[in-house]
Amino acid sequence: MSNPTFTHLDVLESESIHIMREVAAECKNPALLFSGGKDSIVMLRLAEKAFRPCKFPFPLVHIDTEHNFPEVIKARDKLAADLGERLIVRSLEGSIAKGTIIIKDPDLPRNPYQSVTLLETIAEFGFDACMGGARRDEEKARAKERIFSFRDEFGQWDPKNQRPELWDIYNTRVHNDENMRVFPISNWTEMDIWEYIDRENLYIPSIYYAHEREVIRRGDNVIPVSHLVQPRPGEKIEMVSVRFRTVGDMTCTAPVESTASNALEIIAETAITRITERGATRMDDQTSEASMELRKKEGYF
Amino acid sequence: MSDTTQLLRFITAGSVDDGKSTLIGRLLYDSKSIFEDQFSAISKTSEKRGMAAVDLSLLTDGLQAEREQGITIDVAYRYFATPKRKFIIGDTPGHEQYTRNMVTAASTANLAVILIDARRGVLTQTRRHTFIASLVGVPHIVVAVNKMDMVDYSQQRFDEIVAEYRQFAAQLNLHEVTFIPLSALVGDMVVERGEAMDWYQGPTLMDKLESVVIDQDVNTRDFRFPVQWVCRPQTGEHHDFRGFMGRIEAGQVAVGDEVTLLPAGRTTRVKDIVTYDGSLKTAAAPQSVALTLTDEIDISRGDMLVKAELMPTVAQQFTAMLCWLSETPMDKNRKYIIKHTSRVVKCLVSSLDYRVDVNTLEHHENPTVNMNDIAHVTLKTQKPLVFDSYTRNRATGSFIVIDEATNNTVAAGMIC
Repeated sequence: MSNPTFTHLDVLESESIHIMREVAAECKNPALLFSGGKDSIVMLRLAEKAFRPCKFPFPLVHIDTEHNFPEVIKARDKLAADLGERLIVRSLEGSIAKGTIIIKDPDLPRNPYQSVTLLETIAEFGFDACMGGARRDEEKARAKERIFSFRDEFGQWDPKNQRPELWDIYNTRVHNDENMRVFPISNWTEMDIWEYIDRENLYIPSIYYAHEREVIRRGDNVIPVSHLVQPRPGEKIEMVSVRFRTVGDMTCTAPVESTASNALEIIAETAITRITERGATRMDDQTSEASMELRKKEGYF
Repeated sequence: MSDTTQLLRFITAGSVDDGKSTLIGRLLYDSKSIFEDQFSAISKTSEKRGMAAVDLSLLTDGLQAEREQGITIDVAYRYFATPKRKFIIGDTPGHEQYTRNMVTAASTANLAVILIDARRGVLTQTRRHTFIASLVGVPHIVVAVNKMDMVDYSQQRFDEIVAEYRQFAAQLNLHEVTFIPLSALVGDMVVERGEAMDWYQGPTLMDKLESVVIDQDVNTRDFRFPVQWVCRPQTGEHHDFRGFMGRIEAGQVAVGDEVTLLPAGRTTRVKDIVTYDGSLKTAAAPQSVALTLTDEIDISRGDMLVKAELMPTVAQQFTAMLCWLSETPMDKNRKYIIKHTSRVVKCLVSSLDYRVDVNTLEHHENPTVNMNDIAHVTLKTQKPLVFDSYTRNRATGSFIVIDEATNNTVAAGMIC
C-alpha cells in the first residue's frame, strides 16, 4: 500500500485533535475558552472531531467584556446550545462590582482587564488548563509561545523561561495553583482558518462577511459607530461596505472595507492583502511594539 | 491554494554572521510574505539604528528584550505560503543554548537548511549543526553556501566546499543532502535564479522547499497507534460504543485488520475506524481517529495497538541518546519521569556511558551532563515501554524527560 498524501489542513487538523486529546487525558480540570469569534468556532469543530460521539470532557468558558458585538454573542449562545455543551460566562462587570477591576471610563477598551476576570474564573472553578484559539502568526510575541504554555499562580507568562517543546510530546504537568494555557491551533494561519471555515462549512457571526455599516474615519482606522463609539465634533458618519477580520472589544476593533460575502471570497481577499490581521484591525495592539507581550505577561491568553 | 497543498516544516541553522536572518527575510520578502505594516515597522527600527538599508533580520525578533538588545531568545515559528506549499520555519538563535534550541526546532522539521559562509567554508559550527540534524534525524538537508557574491560567484570555491562537507558528512547518518550556492543579500538562487551563476544547474532554495518529497518522512510500514483517550458515551444509540482514540503515528490500518495490544500482548481485529466525518475503510499516519475492536479487552491510555508482523520492542531497559536541556545537571541518583507516546513512567539512569562532543564527535567517558550536552545512557523504567529505535521511527523512538520536583522538561531522548 502506498501512503496517501494529506493536505496542510488535514495535517493541522490532526495535530490540533491530538493536542486536545492530550489535554483531556492529562489535565485534571480543563476548559475551552470560547468567545464566538472565528478562531474559537474552529476550535469547537476540532473539539467535536476530537471527542464525538462523547460529550466534551470540559466546559466552554467565555470571559465577556460586555463590549462585544451582539452578533458574536448570538453566535456564541447558538453554537453552545446546538452542541448541547455547557457554557460558563463570566463578565468583567462581575469583577467591577467586586472591586477587583477599577476602570476609569466604562467606554474605553477593556481587553487589558480581561486577564483579571479570566484568573478569577480559573480560581473559581479550579481549572488547571485553559485551551484558547490564539495563533502564532497573529502577533510577534505569540510567535514565541509554546503550544502548552506554563503559567505561574499569577497567570504570568515568562517568555525567557519557557519549557522546551519537542516533537509532539507535551509536558502537561503543573503544581497546584499553577496552570496551563494550551493553544491547539498555534500552527494555523489566518488563511488556514478561512480555508477550514469554507471546507467545514462553519457558521460564523454575520459581521465577518461584508455588510453596510455606519463608520467614522479616525487616522488610518475605520471605526464602527455603536452605542460605545459616537462621532466626535467634526467627524462624519459614512455608510461603507465592510467586514471584520477579528471581532474583539467594539471600541478598538476596526473593520476593513470589503465586498466579500462568503468564505471563498474572503480567502481570495486574504491571499492578496498586504496588511497583517491584527495590524489592520486592533487599535490596542498598535499602541506600542510590545503591547501583546506585556498583556501576556500579566496573564492574558 | 489548491486542495492538495502540503505543509513543510523546516529550520535554518547558522549564525547571524552567516546571514541566516537575512536569508529568512529574503525568502519572506521575495515570496511576498511580508506585510506592509511589518515592513514599515522594521524600516523605522532600521532607520533608528542608523542602518543604510532595511534590516530584514528584524522580522524575526519578537520580544521586547530582543529588539532592545538586538539578540534572539529561544525558538520562534514563522509562517508563509507560496502557491505550491505552506511553510513553517523554526527559527533558532545562533549563539548560547544553541544545541538545546536547535534540537527543539529540529525535532518537528522535515528539512534543515545549514548555512555556510562561502568565504569561510566548513567550520566547527557547520559540523555541530550537521551532527545535531543527523542526531535528530531531520530527513532532508540543504547545505546553503551563502555569500557567493563575496567570492565572485566562483564555481571552484563552491565545489571545494561541497567536497569538504561530503568528506566530513560521510561519517554521519544523513539521508539526503542538496548543495545550493546562493546570496541571501543579493537574492541569487534564493527565490530568483539571478544571472551570476549560470554554471549551477540545480534548484533554487525555494524550488527545493517547494518540491522536496515529504510523504515518506513518516514511517509508512509499521502500524503504531498509541491510545490517547477512551471514549465511552454510555448513552442511547452509543450505549455499547467503546472507541480508542489516538493518532496513527506510523503505517496504516484497515477495517478487519488483526491488531495486537501492547504491552499486554492480546490480539483482536479492527471493527470500525470512526471519525466525526463518518467511518473509514482505511486510515494512515498522521490521521487522528477512533478505533473500535471486535473483542472486549481492557485497554487504557498508554497502551499501543500494532500489527503482529512488524512488532516494536517491549522492554524496561534500553539505551538512548539524551540531549540535556536543563540548567541543573543530570543527577544519576535521582528518579526522573519519562513521557513516551501517551505513556508516562518513572525511570532511573542505570548507566551514563559517554558524552559526545558536538564539535569533534569525540566520546568522553564518565562525564557530568550539563545543559546542551549530548549523552549516551542506559535507562531503566518502572513499567515497560513499547518502542522502536529512533532511526526506524521518530514518533515511537522519541521521549522527553521531566523533573518530578520542578515539572520542567529536562531532556530530549532518542532510543538507540
